[in-house]
Formats: sequence, C-alpha cells, structure tokens
Amino acid sequence: MTKSELILRLAELNPHLYQRDVERIVTTVFDEITAALARGHRVELRGFGAFSVKRRGARTGRNPRTGTSVDVTEKFIPFFKTGKELREKLNTDGKSG
Amino acid sequence: MSETTVTRADLAEAVYQEVGLSRNDSATLVETVLGEIVDALTQGQTVKISSFGSFSVRQKGQRVGRNPKTGEEVPILPRRVLVFRASHVLKNRINRSMTKAQAALGAPPAASPAASATPTLPPKAPLAKG
Repeated sequence: MTKSELILRLAELNPHLYQRDVERIVTTVFDEITAALARGHRVELRGFGAFSVKRRGARTGRNPRTGTSVDVTEKFIPFFKTGKELREKLNTDGKSG
Repeated sequence: MSETTVTRADLAEAVYQEVGLSRNDSATLVETVLGEIVDALTQGQTVKISSFGSFSVRQKGQRVGRNPKTGEEVPILPRRVLVFRASHVLKNRINRSMTKAQAALGAPPAASPAASATPTLPPKAPLAKG
C-alpha cells in the first residue's frame, strides 16, 4: 500500500470528506511525526508503535575496499519500535490462530 | 518528559488545526489512518509512505534462544516482525536539525564531551587476585 492508496482508501471510508481534505489529513499526520522527530522528540502511538531518534556517536570507520580510515561524524537516526498490540496482531491475524 | 512525547492527541490536534474538521472527527481520522496501516500490514502488505518511510513485514524462522537469566535454552518460534525503514528525506531532515541543535548546545567552551571524561574518576586499579 502506498500513501496515495491509503488516501484513496480513507476517502472511500469517508465519503462525506473531500479527497483534498483526506490528503491533507494524511500529510499532516506524517508531517507532524517528522517535525517532532526533527526536534528530537519521541512519538508514541499506543498499540501501533513508537518513533524516536537515536544518536550514533562519531567514530573512525574504514573504507572496506581500501582499508583507509575515515572519520565518521556523529549522526542522528530515526528509530521505530513496534507496539505490543501490533506485534501480537501480526502473529495472529492472517494465520490460522 | 511528557512535553517531549507526541501522542495521538497531538496528531489529532494538528489535523484539527490544519484541516478544520471537528476535534472529534480529527481524532477519529487519525485513528483510521493508523488502523488502515495496521490492516495492510497484518495482511502482509508493505506500506510505503513517500518521503517518510516504509513499513514491511518480515517472516522470521525458528531459532534457539537462551533465557539470559538462567542460561536455559528456549526455542524461539517462527514469527512475523515489523520493520520500519526511514526514507532518506526523513533521515536527512532529522540528522540535519539535530546536528544543528547539538552544535548550538555544544558551542559554550566547557560543553564538549571530551571535557567531562577527564577529572574525578581515578583510573581503575588492577584488581588484586584472590
């Protein structure tokens, strides 16, 4: 499923809304999560999962091809941890259980 | 701590501000967005949100784990796990703004991490045996 398919699906479920508004809703949700992470904040959606930012310290890496050492600067990466409810759902729905 | 954690309520508030639905409808819509993503994932579909990232389901085989407390071997059953891969747009955005924020914090002289590493703690003495 892509973002546009998600929008179509939501529009189907909400015939009283303009598709333009449905698009804005979906965009707002992801923009808001992005903005929070960019501030270094955590986004916790119970039952779904939590997004957070992890710091990777500066290190001396190596070019695997040549073996020369390279300074890798500190960086910040987004991280997602699946929520308990979703994790459990993935292992019951769609299977026999 | 609580003001740095964004929840469903904050997403609903953003939708309310941005789209002009009622607060109630905004909250319902946020829930539906998440619900539809969950449904697609439980059906084994990958969900790709452009310039954000993709969620995909990976099948894990059985392997032998260990109870770290008792050292006892326990089988870990085959299961499905969710993997999120952030898009480059998201990664760059976070990395850029956080690096800037850190630089702003680190600017005053004594704040570099190296400075805190030196004093107070004496070096560890080698443990006497027996």
